[in-house]
Amino acid sequence: MKTNDLILRTTTALIAFILLAFSIYLFLAGHNAPGGGFIGGLMTAAAIILMYMTYGLDTMNKVIPLNFKLLVPIGLLIATLTGVGSFVFDQPFLSQTYTYVHLPILGDAELATAMLFDLGVYLTVIGITLTIILSIADDN
Amino acid sequence: MGESILHTVTIICIVFISISIIILLYRVLKGPTNPDRAVALDTIGVNLMALCGLLAILLVTTKLNDVILLIGILLFIGTIAIAKFLEKGVIIDRNRN
Repeated sequence: MKTNDLILRTTTALIAFILLAFSIYLFLAGHNAPGGGFIGGLMTAAAIILMYMTYGLDTMNKVIPLNFKLLVPIGLLIATLTGVGSFVFDQPFLSQTYTYVHLPILGDAELATAMLFDLGVYLTVIGITLTIILSIADDN
Repeated sequence: MGESILHTVTIICIVFISISIIILLYRVLKGPTNPDRAVALDTIGVNLMALCGLLAILLVTTKLNDVILLIGILLFIGTIAIAKFLEKGVIIDRNRN
């Protein structure tokens, strides 16, 4: 039976962008405010799952042609490389540092290498959450 | 004086919203059908958002603002998942066309 779900589709098209923007805000705010890689990754996964619920599995596989299992090793590799990278500068494993830079549009900002570790956590959380939920949903 | 009034009003609002959540909990436990329970749980979530905002006023902090938005988003996704399950029996379907 064909169902008419125009309201759900229109609402999702609006809300998915707000969710993705909120997840990126949470990811970047994690240094000085509540947030961080874990909750940011969960929010991104929630936005993608909302789109999967609305548009169906086949359509979304065409829109995002990406195997989410691949995000887990990429995230773990980034997190490990930020730890190994500190050996280059004769520092102990997982040493973190920060610097003040002047960005073109954003002005003065404090950039910390802890954000690269957080990026690894972010990608791993997205990969694991979506792999679990999509492999449960995918059985026939 | 002004802070005292704000404090008192916030406490009264928290008490009334708690009573509202208790009454909604009765509907969740007693509700004859599953859609009744879904709507009651959705409304409990909205009341939790209000409680969170009042708590942020009481504790004089802005750190709880993310939590309010978070509860709203999770509530929306959860309610849509329950509604799709009650409607079609499957949450993520293979093909919508």
